Amino acid sequence: MIKLTNVSREYPRRGYALRDVSFHLPKGEFAFLTGHSGSGKTTTLRLVHMMERPTAGEVRVTGYSSQLISTREVWKVRRRVGFVFQDFRLLPGRTALQNVAFVLEVTGTPRKEVMPRAQRLLAQVGLAPKAGAMVNELSGGEQQRVAIARALANDPFLLLADEPTGNLDERASRGIMDLFWDINARGMAVLMATHDLELIRKYPRGRVLELDNGNLVYDSQQA
Amino acid sequence: MYALREAFAAFRRTPVLTGLSSAMVGLALFAVGLFALASYNLHLALSAIEERVQIVVYLRDDARQSEIDLAEKELGELPQVAQVHYVSKREALDNAKKELPDFADLFSTSEVNPLPQSLEVELKSGSRTRPVVESIARKASSYSFVEDVQYGREWVDKLFMLRRIGAVTTVVLGAGFFLVAAVIIGTALRIAIFARREEIHVMRLVGAKNGFIRRPFLLEGAMAGLLGGLLAWLLTYATYRGAYAFLFAVAWIPGAWVLGALAAGALFGALSSGMAIRRHLRDL
Ligand SMILES: Nc1ncnc2c1ncn2[C@@H]1O[C@H](COP(=O)(O)OP(=O)(O)O)[C@@H](O)[C@H]1O
Ligand SMILES: [Mg+2]
Repeated sequence: MIKLTNVSREYPRRGYALRDVSFHLPKGEFAFLTGHSGSGKTTTLRLVHMMERPTAGEVRVTGYSSQLISTREVWKVRRRVGFVFQDFRLLPGRTALQNVAFVLEVTGTPRKEVMPRAQRLLAQVGLAPKAGAMVNELSGGEQQRVAIARALANDPFLLLADEPTGNLDERASRGIMDLFWDINARGMAVLMATHDLELIRKYPRGRVLELDNGNLVYDSQQA
Repeated sequence: MYALREAFAAFRRTPVLTGLSSAMVGLALFAVGLFALASYNLHLALSAIEERVQIVVYLRDDARQSEIDLAEKELGELPQVAQVHYVSKREALDNAKKELPDFADLFSTSEVNPLPQSLEVELKSGSRTRPVVESIARKASSYSFVEDVQYGREWVDKLFMLRRIGAVTTVVLGAGFFLVAAVIIGTALRIAIFARREEIHVMRLVGAKNGFIRRPFLLEGAMAGLLGGLLAWLLTYATYRGAYAFLFAVAWIPGAWVLGALAAGALFGALSSGMAIRRHLRDL
């Protein structure tokens, strides 16, 4: 699955964003990645998505190693790992349905299957009624759902989510969390970054990894 | 086919930008086209003048026919000589009457024919240079029955110079204009790609292959180049028609040049697009 071995990420002038972090995330697990703002949560997710390389150590995602993967073949990792970005990264000026269909289209889904599958994905995140709405006219919670539907498009084995409840009210938060647990219940691993300890306490079944200033200081499975 | 659809969609989505880039490419290639038109016609004019470079060997009246035949044969066998044409005193007189009708009376009333017989030596097209002309003239004057040898001495020199200047300017200016066209296509496509950088980035993040992302842009570049090429062709053709109607009879450039320029436009478009997109596909 995914395995980080003595991973460090250093930025020129800024110093270490992550220092000597090791953990293993098995198939189908739900894990929270927590820590103060600036502790290295986003950096960890980016490393797993292979958006950047560690400056030391190795990140392994299924068969792929951060030390060996090239720009040309990084798409293989991206199709196996869905990422719900903190700022969603939806394409404005397109509908919810078009945003999901876009992913299917550019990853080579046969043309006839694109629309039905995009519809199904939106239904899965409970957004079928808003399929035709422009994403920039949707609420934060609804945009979050579009982003999740998009991340699920290639049927990944792991879903990364960066502060998915960060800007949502209590109700919307709960809806989104339920959705992630649903997805996890169907066998998909989830690695969710959040600084909200309150939220973590509400879901005691999740594994907790805590970062502090780039160091992994707590792992509920090792404790 | 996604690539083709996307490339057309890009034209629809940003008609102003793509239209503008095609127009800019069209104008740059129009400059190339005008230049090609001008240099091709200059080339034709020079060739026409050059055709007339010939050596005239005037023979004495008392030259024997066997001597003349021998000289005609010997000169004709030189490798630089295309053909040798014998002009008798009669033919010379007829030609003179035709070319100078005002003096026709004078010629016909006179009892004797004052014009000499001659051999007109026509050179092969690559051999109309001063050294060749001079060496043949020297050989011709060595015959005892030759009165005089004439050729446009300074003329040959100037013509040769003009041709060289023409060739050099064609290459240098043509390459320059083409370079400008390439820079314009590149810049226009860079703008088009920059406008869609977020989309490109998202494509990469969700697992699109680099080649897949690149393809529609290459096609778009090729289409912009081709469209620009067609526009340039239209403008150049219109200029040609105008010049033909109002100035003088110019010749249209060969079809192969036009096709070559269109192909080059498309290729340049695709190439500069490929260069412009490269830095968006470089990072992990
Ligand atoms: N691209 C970057 N360049 C320089 N420093 C960075 C970059 N990305 C993150 N950092 C730094 O790394 C540290 C960890 O950042 P991040 O992983 O975003 O933390 P978190 O997501 O936990 O808030 C911070 O100090 C941040 O300033
Ligand atoms: Mg963060």
